Amino acid sequence: MSIRIDKLGVVIGLIALYGMLAAAFAVLKPNRILQGQAKSIVEALPGSIGWGLLLVLLACTVIAVLRVPLWFRLAAAVAALAALVIGIGYAAGALTPPGNSYARVSPAAGFWILVFAFALLAADAISRLQPPPWLRLVFLAVVAALVWSVFASGLWSGLSIMKEYSGRADVFWAEAAKHVTLAIGSLVAACVIGLPLGILCHRVPAMRAAVLNTLNLIQTIPSIALFGILIGPLAWIAVNVPGAAAVGIRGIGTAPAFVALFLYSLLPIVANTVVGLAGVPREANDAARGIGMTDGQRLLQIELPLAMPVILTGIRIVLVQNIGLATIAALIGGGGFGVFVFQGIGQTAMDLVLLGAVPTVALAFGSAVVLDALIQMSSRFPRKGQAA
Amino acid sequence: MSGGLAIGGRGSVQASRGLVRIWLPRLLRALLLVVLVSFLLSPQSFEPLLKPLVQPNAPAIYNQGSLLTITLLHLRTVAIATVAATVVAVLLAILVTRPFGAEFLPLSRSVVNVGQTFPPVAVLALAVPAVGFGEKPTLIALFLYGLLPIFENTLTALTQLPRPVMEAAKGSGMTPLQRLTKVELPLSLPVIVGGIRLSVVISLATATIGSTVAAKTLGEVIIAGLQSNNLAFVLQGGLIVGALAVLIYDGLGAVETVLARRAGLSSGR
Repeated sequence: MSIRIDKLGVVIGLIALYGMLAAAFAVLKPNRILQGQAKSIVEALPGSIGWGLLLVLLACTVIAVLRVPLWFRLAAAVAALAALVIGIGYAAGALTPPGNSYARVSPAAGFWILVFAFALLAADAISRLQPPPWLRLVFLAVVAALVWSVFASGLWSGLSIMKEYSGRADVFWAEAAKHVTLAIGSLVAACVIGLPLGILCHRVPAMRAAVLNTLNLIQTIPSIALFGILIGPLAWIAVNVPGAAAVGIRGIGTAPAFVALFLYSLLPIVANTVVGLAGVPREANDAARGIGMTDGQRLLQIELPLAMPVILTGIRIVLVQNIGLATIAALIGGGGFGVFVFQGIGQTAMDLVLLGAVPTVALAFGSAVVLDALIQMSSRFPRKGQAA
Repeated sequence: MSGGLAIGGRGSVQASRGLVRIWLPRLLRALLLVVLVSFLLSPQSFEPLLKPLVQPNAPAIYNQGSLLTITLLHLRTVAIATVAATVVAVLLAILVTRPFGAEFLPLSRSVVNVGQTFPPVAVLALAVPAVGFGEKPTLIALFLYGLLPIFENTLTALTQLPRPVMEAAKGSGMTPLQRLTKVELPLSLPVIVGGIRLSVVISLATATIGSTVAAKTLGEVIIAGLQSNNLAFVLQGGLIVGALAVLIYDGLGAVETVLARRAGLSSGR
């Protein structure tokens, strides 16, 4: 039996080797803003632990380079990522001088490169295994649970990003709630308006071009400008419409951010509803008419279920986009994780930036996985229905 | 989505309606271009229009730099990022569609999918520690965002070429390289341009966020407006970007149509 080499594995192996040997694993900074000293894996972890981590990573790299069963590759990737997560936590404890509360330890380029390399390995194994949607959801839940347990165990508490967190834990969760409310609330509002609008555009072709072109134009306005432009009208409404101020409509803050996200969300939802409905096979509609379904029944029982995968794709686009755009709401006082990003940029405290950016990316990634799974499940639904 | 490019029908009434449908959008775009250029060359002459939006003693026209220069810098940033993204995305898509790179295809698809979930602000902010403030982090963010639509479109185009054409090219004894440069790329060009078009419009808007990390883009005008509560600044910054996006989108759409016609397809995707 000859040893076979995986081409992609070679690329991943080279990236991982660079991350292990040529780049710094962690940085020790005298305080949260100053530049720090770079430390390699062996320097960052005391004695045998450093060499142990290197060995684990090297073993996983060898598995990546060889052509072995996919499950084995996935296991190697997960093992390497777990070793990295634990290793960086230990490094923080080991590097911080005892009794020094100003010193900060952050992951350095090497750590991120290694995470990237083994995440690639995991992504490749998963995309080649093609797990069914429910299994992908299980993967996501397991990963989330593991991250949560590391978070709760205090393994990372020596890291700079966690020190930024512990100083503002209450604010963090308040901003997190605001971020999610903004992203999902505007999505729900866009669905409530966008779905009927899309159905209307499908039934009345004359409206289609006008509505879609208008929504397209809105997309060309940069987000920070749209946030700003809405401040004026909303401030006017708050002053002149009785009861508006009482429900939280104000010129700055959450209201303009909510409206802006809502406006951006409309195009993908309306456009995908129109495309999805247009793709419903003629035969299905004819058959439905033939058995005497009313227009309403046809819409609810035939057209919408068949168009659902395309509509869900629109919702996926909107949700991921909104989670990203909601960070910009912080510029106009709308809250969300952007608060930490922009504070961090202002103070040149990069770990504070990470405190805002990492949860945003995780949230966007998680929702993309969930919705992709839902899309795949919904596109099977009609076939199952026929079989039953 | 420039709906105005439909061909007019037969008959005199329909023909004139077709003329209106073709020429009205073109006229509007030409008008938009004229307004944009004259605003950039002489912003002061538009002051009376914007004056009602600001407090009595506040400036109505951006006064911390020339709007024309900032616009050109904005366009330069977008252009550099888009050219780099096009080169890398097309090369990558060619690589993963060759037999040699086939192993990379599933991963490249999922990387593209995951890459889209990274919010632009996060990419910008994370690039700052690596390369410092200014234009560089903006270029990195725009490059990464520009990559995705172009890669996706090129991949779609190269994997969905008509089979008979490919068989004919193979049968006529073309080498793989000749097939790529003489058949595959020319046929894919309209769809690739479609990807570039999408990427440019996204980049034009995203570049404004670059001003939060001190890049010289039109975002500077908008942020100055947000900070001094000056709606006129916000509006002029936003509308210049919007107008640029509409004009460039339509311009590239026309290029796409011409290329599609030349490639012998009925229309671009």
